[in-house]
Amino acid sequence: MGTIKDKVAIVGMGCTKFGELWGKSVDDLIIDAAHEAFEDAGLEPKDIEAAWLGSVFSGQTALSLSSPLKLQYIPVTRVENMCATGTEALRGAAYAVAAGVCDIALAVGAEKLKDTGWTGVQPANVVGRTSMGTAGTELELSPPGIFALLASGYFHKYKLDPEEGKRLLAEIAVKNHHNGSLNPKAHYQNELTVEKVLKAPIVATPLGVLDCCGVSDGAAAVIVTRADMAKSFRDDPVYIKSMAISAGPGRDPISQDYDFAHVEENVRASKLAYAEAGIVDPRSEISMAEVHDCFTIHEMSIYEDLGWSKKGRAKDDIEAGTFHLKGELPINTDGGLKCFGHPLGASGLRMLYEVYKQLQEKAGPRQVKNPRIGLTHNLGGTVWGGIACISIAGNELDRG
Amino acid sequence: MVGITSFHAYIPSYRLSRDEISRAWGTKSIGGERAVAKYDEDSLTMAVAATLGCINDSPHQADGLFFASTTSPYKEKQAAAILAAAADLPRDTRTADFTDSLRAATIAINSAADAVKSGTAENVIVAASDFRMGAGKSQFEQLFGEGGVAIAIGKEDVIASIEGSYSLYSEMMDMWRLDGDSFTRSWEERFIISEGYLKTTHQVISGILEKYRLTPKDFSRVVYYGPDRKSHAALARNLGFDMDAQVQDPLFDSIGNTGTAALPMMLAGALDDSNPGDLILVASYGDGADALIFKVTENMKAFKADQKIESISGKKVFINYERYLNWRDMVPLHELSRPASPPPSITCLWRERKGVLAFYGNRCRHCGVPQYPPQRICSNCQIKDEFDDYKFSDKRGHVFTYTIDYLTTNRESPAVVAVIDFEGGGRVMCEVTECEPSEIEVGMPVEMCFRKIGLRGGFFNYFWKARPLS
Repeated sequence: MGTIKDKVAIVGMGCTKFGELWGKSVDDLIIDAAHEAFEDAGLEPKDIEAAWLGSVFSGQTALSLSSPLKLQYIPVTRVENMCATGTEALRGAAYAVAAGVCDIALAVGAEKLKDTGWTGVQPANVVGRTSMGTAGTELELSPPGIFALLASGYFHKYKLDPEEGKRLLAEIAVKNHHNGSLNPKAHYQNELTVEKVLKAPIVATPLGVLDCCGVSDGAAAVIVTRADMAKSFRDDPVYIKSMAISAGPGRDPISQDYDFAHVEENVRASKLAYAEAGIVDPRSEISMAEVHDCFTIHEMSIYEDLGWSKKGRAKDDIEAGTFHLKGELPINTDGGLKCFGHPLGASGLRMLYEVYKQLQEKAGPRQVKNPRIGLTHNLGGTVWGGIACISIAGNELDRG
Repeated sequence: MVGITSFHAYIPSYRLSRDEISRAWGTKSIGGERAVAKYDEDSLTMAVAATLGCINDSPHQADGLFFASTTSPYKEKQAAAILAAAADLPRDTRTADFTDSLRAATIAINSAADAVKSGTAENVIVAASDFRMGAGKSQFEQLFGEGGVAIAIGKEDVIASIEGSYSLYSEMMDMWRLDGDSFTRSWEERFIISEGYLKTTHQVISGILEKYRLTPKDFSRVVYYGPDRKSHAALARNLGFDMDAQVQDPLFDSIGNTGTAALPMMLAGALDDSNPGDLILVASYGDGADALIFKVTENMKAFKADQKIESISGKKVFINYERYLNWRDMVPLHELSRPASPPPSITCLWRERKGVLAFYGNRCRHCGVPQYPPQRICSNCQIKDEFDDYKFSDKRGHVFTYTIDYLTTNRESPAVVAVIDFEGGGRVMCEVTECEPSEIEVGMPVEMCFRKIGLRGGFFNYFWKARPLS
């Protein structure tokens, strides 16, 4: 089986500020993110040979990208994979370059969630309609409700007292807000305290409002090219080491085998990703990671699912500060979904933007020391049936 | 011999005390309490609960199903067909709705008995259920209650035979509802009671006694409809029945007037306490009156209704009047700014009807794992198209994990949602109804119940929910 490792390089990226961007349309966000990337790569829009757009709700068809950017009759594709949509757009662009069908490709992720007037985002029964769902049987459960089932399941399986469990989750929110407060592009700029998180109103037990990520507008863009051409664009390109994706087989919502204390797709995607990137000991080999902390419990589960903490023992690492900015393995250095915000289709590329800046050592006050390998992780869908996307990038070509 | 072969009453768990209603309005309380169906119940869902109980208690397969109600969910569309599908009755079951009259249940029982006598049916279930509403501050609001009851009429293993019947009609505008009316209307009370209820019911009872040359003393139990406590008692006096020794409790104090279901519900109560040889007189009222005579047989000893009427009415959760107003959609409430669920596709509903209405999944022949919804490729062993039908509606389960979701468009937020693991295998994620947020816990035993999900796209959407096992 082939591999994408070291075949594709990232030579330009852009990311808008995330937030409640009342004065901006989705077209504005796409233009701002893409043009930052063009500038960063030293390219013109006419240099792009093919493009991909990732958007869940904010645009259908390729025209949602080609029209605002005025791309001139080139191949453009719109993709969707729920919250993993941004990474999916990158996959399209990176694989096209790796296949040799184009040399310079653009991927943009964009979402405008705040024009709907809704509280939060759509529940699963509105967006994810199965055949039974259209017969009117699908459960109405909010996104926090979906991940609350994981929290209850995790607490129960590992005999965590709900109070203690809530406190551990609050530590994750506090960490990510601290990181985000150092990042002018993050949706929220405030620090949190454990006490504040614990006192926040409950949204879906045991999760409170401050266990939930921001519902935001935003866009991010990436330009990829052949690895052997990368240095002609810049001195510090970032190389793709792996792009893994794992889609669930639909077993977990109907089978008693699933424990609601982990996300199987996360586990499977990480195994594929580590194998492709040649990573043997992820905890020590990865310099920093951006993971899908849509709800604090998911970040806790990811620590274990991706093999950084022992099963049921994420608690130890949370308490030890392992994942803090200055910890052993800094996670969500830009604030994560929690603080940077979560415009669904943009998030995967926003994560990559932080990895890219960190690997170029341009992350300012958030800069981790001597970074070599960065990882992004997205989960689209639910804890019992999702699409887990993991990308690994590095700032050097593998000498081996 | 034609008569009752099985019966089962369903009374919702919720109660509203009449004092609570009077507290809200500053009116006089008539005392006692009334049964309140939850917002996810209606006359059809209550009929499903009663019918499933009746089938469970009966050794015979029903080949007829009659639904009796003045509150059928549809003006044009048969509710009995939905009921038959939910109760998983065979395709060649004879179905009919008996509607519009408070005596629809006895009309249906007479029709069922006629069908069985004539040999066109073997065992017909009559499911009577009503969900009438009195306007806020009205006497009816205090009087009415909700509930359903199913009575099977057949000719084998009869527990109470039909020994006689007599009917008459009377035309009077005493109580009615127009198309689109939410609340029952009525004419001046003294007139409709004295000239309507009292005279007509008196006539039908006198008529049946005369027809069969019987006297009030021949009956061990007298079961007759009453619009309210006072009128009901007055009729006993007029007819010479002993209120304490003979007259069946009309359930005003504990359940309320359940409309079409009231009389069969009282009959279920009388049968619960009956002994072989007992003669029971039954009389309904509504646009006329039906009287019936039942004789309890030796089979009654063997028949054990698994849920006696007392035990059902024993499980009670009292709600306040504000909650009742919300459940009945009597006050406009703040709605969360969330997108509403899309209306179901009727084509999909039809295609999935067995899974949706009768709650069938399937079970893999290769690995034996039951699955819901029905699969074509086994989620466990991935074998293709090797399944047998597997019914989940009668399976018990327990809560594996749960959440209390405040971000739903439910009539009553928050919603209690759980992952349910069934005994014998299989798992569903569903709402847990009749469960207060403070009650849910991992491991809680549950059973499944047929409920109204909502009115979307101009039609009712029904599906199954879990509820705590009582």
